Amino acid sequence: MILRTFGFSEFGFLVSALLWTVVLTIIALGGGGIVGFFIALARTSTHKWLRIVAATYIQIIQGIPVLMILFLSYYGLSLAGLQLPPLVAAGASMTIYASGYLAEIWRGCIQSVPKQQWEASESLAMTRVQQYRYVILPQALRISLPSTVGFAVQVVKNTSITSIIGFVELARAGQLINNATFQPFRVFLAVAALYFVVCYPLSQLSRWLERRLHARSHR
Amino acid sequence: MSYTFQFGVIAQYQNEILAGIWMTIKLSVASIILGCAAGILLASIRSMKTGIGRILVDAYVEIIRNTPFLVQLFIVYFGMPGLGIRVSAVTAALIGMTINLAAYSTEIIRAGIESIHKSQIEAGEALGFTRLQIYRHVIIMPAIAKVYPALCSQFVLMMLASSVCSAISTNELAASAAFVESQSFRSFEIYIVVTLIYLALALTLRGVLAVIGLWLFGRRVARRTAIALPEVQT
Repeated sequence: MILRTFGFSEFGFLVSALLWTVVLTIIALGGGGIVGFFIALARTSTHKWLRIVAATYIQIIQGIPVLMILFLSYYGLSLAGLQLPPLVAAGASMTIYASGYLAEIWRGCIQSVPKQQWEASESLAMTRVQQYRYVILPQALRISLPSTVGFAVQVVKNTSITSIIGFVELARAGQLINNATFQPFRVFLAVAALYFVVCYPLSQLSRWLERRLHARSHR
Repeated sequence: MSYTFQFGVIAQYQNEILAGIWMTIKLSVASIILGCAAGILLASIRSMKTGIGRILVDAYVEIIRNTPFLVQLFIVYFGMPGLGIRVSAVTAALIGMTINLAAYSTEIIRAGIESIHKSQIEAGEALGFTRLQIYRHVIIMPAIAKVYPALCSQFVLMMLASSVCSAISTNELAASAAFVESQSFRSFEIYIVVTLIYLALALTLRGVLAVIGLWLFGRRVARRTAIALPEVQT
């Protein structure tokens, strides 16, 4: 038997698997962004119970491993009688994971908008919704950009965990190639390099946004 | 839904689960101690003004922080035997966790060191401190006191991330869960229980770290540690 070696076509397979990593990241950030946004609003709401529920949700999600969220949604969905492809279980769990962290990041951003902005908009007879829409959220959004992009790096990296339930993204593709070629060092170094190519520009972007935000607020 | 939950089955496997918890604790504590020590060392090298050391530390930190922990584990466990270094799954997990945590602690402690004002060091010199005394009492300890909550968040995240080590067959808590699941077929129940155990471990670790913070740095740092959530390092 002739073993395959890690060559050009194998690398091509890794690159196509990278596409699924990106798809999963987009699902996680999109879904987690929507859920996380409402949790961040609940976390900063004037209702005490809403705040407590949101804070508990955040504490739980940040206190359990991503892998456990993954297993629970994987087995939970099948218990509920749904026969779903791994992409749905992976997407659902990455959404839950991202929502818990994004909610906390954005809570910090909403609360870092100066209190006078609330008072000024209230004195203009704005409703609560108007205050959020026209005064608070636009400012919070600007503050949130660096840490949100920074968190995107974490999401890209953590999508690798979905390989454990058999979703074929970059890390899983690396395992498959390794099983065919038995050149683990080369294969996983290539996998790591591909992750780096995606994550490093995002990290640098986050850092650049951070510096720009800092420069503005100290003007 | 016609499914009946049976949590009783899990009690039969308590020895496996306890062994998993113990392994998770051992791996976490060892990697926290080693990773933190390496972080202090590397951050000190990084804070030197010039030299190849600074470039190397920067490269190390960026490479580790921009690649997934799982892939790092694969390289250590599956890749290193090709270079003639063969390690057990537990050792590989410990190496992987230490390498990963060292990079994050370096970055956090570096930020702490940079926040120490130059006049502090000059004040230390004026008091006749030796270089080592300045380094220890004026730079490192105050720097760590400043970033201690962030550092602890990273430790908790590392403990949670150790669940991924089950993918290289390290027999920690997540692997115990997988084993019990394969024996009992009570997937959802076992993962609910193990998730709650992880939650308890995370809260306990945070509490222990807050107590250590109280002992090392006083009440203010301890309080910030206790309430801080795992923050995202960017």
